[in-house]
Amino acid sequence: MSEASPAKAYGLHLGVIALLFVLSFLLPEYYHGLLARIMVLAVFAMGYNMLFGYVGLLSLGHAMFFAAGLYGAGLAVIQLGWSVPAAFAAGLGCGVVLSLVIGLLALRTTGVAFMIVTMMFAQVFYLVILYFASWTGGDQGMVVPQPARVLFFGATALDLTNPTMRYMSALGLFSLVLLITLAIVRSRYGRVLVAIRENEERTKMLGYDTFSNKLAAVVISGIICAASGAAYALLFGYVGSSFASVQYSILPLLWVLLGGGATTLGPLIGTLFMYYVIDITSGYTSAYLLIVGIALILLVLFFPKGILGSIRQRWLGWLP
Amino acid sequence: MTLETLNKGNGIMDKSKTFDLSKTGLTRRTTLKGLAATAGLVTAPGFVRYSQAQSSAPIKIGFQSHRTGIGAAYGRWYEKTTAAAVKAINAAGGINGRQVEVIIEDDGTDPGRGAEVVGKFATQHKTDIVFGTLFSHVVIGSAPAAGEAKIPYFVVSEGHHVASTKLNRYVFQPGITDVKSQIQSMAPWIAANAGKKVTQIFPDFAFGYDHRDYLPPALKAQGADVIAQIAIPPTESSFTKYFPQIPAETEVIYHVMVGPAVLTFVKELGEFYGSNRPQLFGFIDSLEATDINSPGLEFLDGSHFWEGSPRYAQADDTEAQKAYRTAVGIDDNGAAVGDPKDVSTAAHMFGCWETLYVVKKAMEDAGYKGPEDRAKLVEATEALTAFAEGPEHPQGAKTFNGKIHQCFGIQNISKVEGGKLKVVHKTKIEDGLYEAEGDYTTQAL
Repeated sequence: MSEASPAKAYGLHLGVIALLFVLSFLLPEYYHGLLARIMVLAVFAMGYNMLFGYVGLLSLGHAMFFAAGLYGAGLAVIQLGWSVPAAFAAGLGCGVVLSLVIGLLALRTTGVAFMIVTMMFAQVFYLVILYFASWTGGDQGMVVPQPARVLFFGATALDLTNPTMRYMSALGLFSLVLLITLAIVRSRYGRVLVAIRENEERTKMLGYDTFSNKLAAVVISGIICAASGAAYALLFGYVGSSFASVQYSILPLLWVLLGGGATTLGPLIGTLFMYYVIDITSGYTSAYLLIVGIALILLVLFFPKGILGSIRQRWLGWLP
Repeated sequence: MTLETLNKGNGIMDKSKTFDLSKTGLTRRTTLKGLAATAGLVTAPGFVRYSQAQSSAPIKIGFQSHRTGIGAAYGRWYEKTTAAAVKAINAAGGINGRQVEVIIEDDGTDPGRGAEVVGKFATQHKTDIVFGTLFSHVVIGSAPAAGEAKIPYFVVSEGHHVASTKLNRYVFQPGITDVKSQIQSMAPWIAANAGKKVTQIFPDFAFGYDHRDYLPPALKAQGADVIAQIAIPPTESSFTKYFPQIPAETEVIYHVMVGPAVLTFVKELGEFYGSNRPQLFGFIDSLEATDINSPGLEFLDGSHFWEGSPRYAQADDTEAQKAYRTAVGIDDNGAAVGDPKDVSTAAHMFGCWETLYVVKKAMEDAGYKGPEDRAKLVEATEALTAFAEGPEHPQGAKTFNGKIHQCFGIQNISKVEGGKLKVVHKTKIEDGLYEAEGDYTTQAL
């Protein structure tokens, strides 16, 4: 696999961002709204990919990082009356603290044990949300009031409930995270992460502190997922415990597997693919999850590296 | 009749503000040419189709259904009831002379998907309203999408979330009472007939918390007390270890367990008490779509349940109630006609029927023509005050508080007798009234 030149790599990613920008003016209203949601959730998948794709750590508890951002931002607005930027920062802060603590504890394990430990921590997080229902709204969740979802720049007010504003905010977050992810995976640190994934013992022998590097990856992954959760709360106005359930730990795994693990654009492709398969098939049958399941099996059988992963393997070896 | 005669006759039209041909500079010939051209355009095939589309296109109702996920049993019966109501409405001429078309989307009983489905109705299907959601977390998750799309969202949820005024002006619950009102209505009967020392057993999540929070003050007002509250985690599958927490002096156990574990709960409670048990009072939500004669439920014999609408046909059923049951397709035992094992969600699903008739009434009051009249529809719904018992409201008469977008109605208390539920008491509407917690009408449309 050859590495793309910076111009080629950044050109491709900026092209994707430009395409998403143009789509804002071309898409019908429904798909415009849906794509905004997909971009926010693709950020969640990108965060997951950072750990799963590049470090090879399969977590079954990433819903807690998404929910940390979701509740961090949502509760800051609902319970404390904070502004949108402050609430978003609160969501990120919750993601940092949680991922640091979880990383310090869970990285003492590897493989299947890591999966189980992360799943257990996420379950604890989920039950904590239910336990403090008077604050969190429990399983029913809470609405982030529409008037509070306005971003002020001096005298200018940007209403995040406006479809165009929401789309552009989602695109802004997605673009930022995409470019940061690309920069990380092309950096020296990114190569160390891949080295850990490929052979941790050899990486250690070469003198790298693999624990610290993995911990940093957990924190970066946690922050990105929390950013997605915080954006979801502020852009779509709902904070609920279902986003902390095990289903939302498995979804980013599926999105990444579909799109292609360890590819920067794979999470977007996977999320997009899954959303559209569900959206279209649910119009024909209530057994749409069966169709999704069959699609997943076929992909694993014929494209085991996911859509972009397989394309990279067969045709475009330079894809980051 | 000339324009001036018309003005004199009704005193409404102001001539200075009416269109005066003489001031336009148009000649008679030009005007005639214009009229001829207009007539030609109007009679052209394309225009005919367009005008018909405007006047007779169906009213489109987006039904947000729980076809999959934990709400699937409810979703299926909500769909059946909705189909029956729409059939009846269409047979009687539709709404404002237009037929009603229902478009169904599955929300998977998931709030995230629920919000997407509301967006899909508003922007892709371009339905006139969204309707039919039951589970509270889906309603709360979808409400922001409805408010932002400014599409009226008529839920059949029984949650207190609408009446709490924490949602937005586009969300209504006019066809089923909310849980706060239901609990409050039960208290006088429990205190007078079952006992004054009550122990509550409820699931440790929001559904249980409504009962935990609203029952004690309601009982207190009736001179009774909740002496213990036992919250059971939602992940629990065995309950025996919780029963020793029930105080010995308990006269009534008030239980609202839901989900598949309810059968185990009842069986283990029966084993714990044997034949010498306190009175039992529960909400039928625990056993909706479940046969009351299922093995393990024998212990419930002689106990009492809240029911929104009775599952079993009653001796004093009104003609409207009988007609409703026939239309929906449920037999005297509340199961699907021809399939006794397919037990309905009778206590709740009537809300779909009644909500659609409220929508019909509000659309007719508003002179609703299309999505551009959604704000008028909201105001017309808020202006409603009462619904009389009858074919459109077979469960019973109701009042409607337009400020909190919530209806209030009678409740049924039924006793399990001989494997059936027999209504032993009907509450009054006033029993369930409470102070409004806010006012949606102050919000901008």
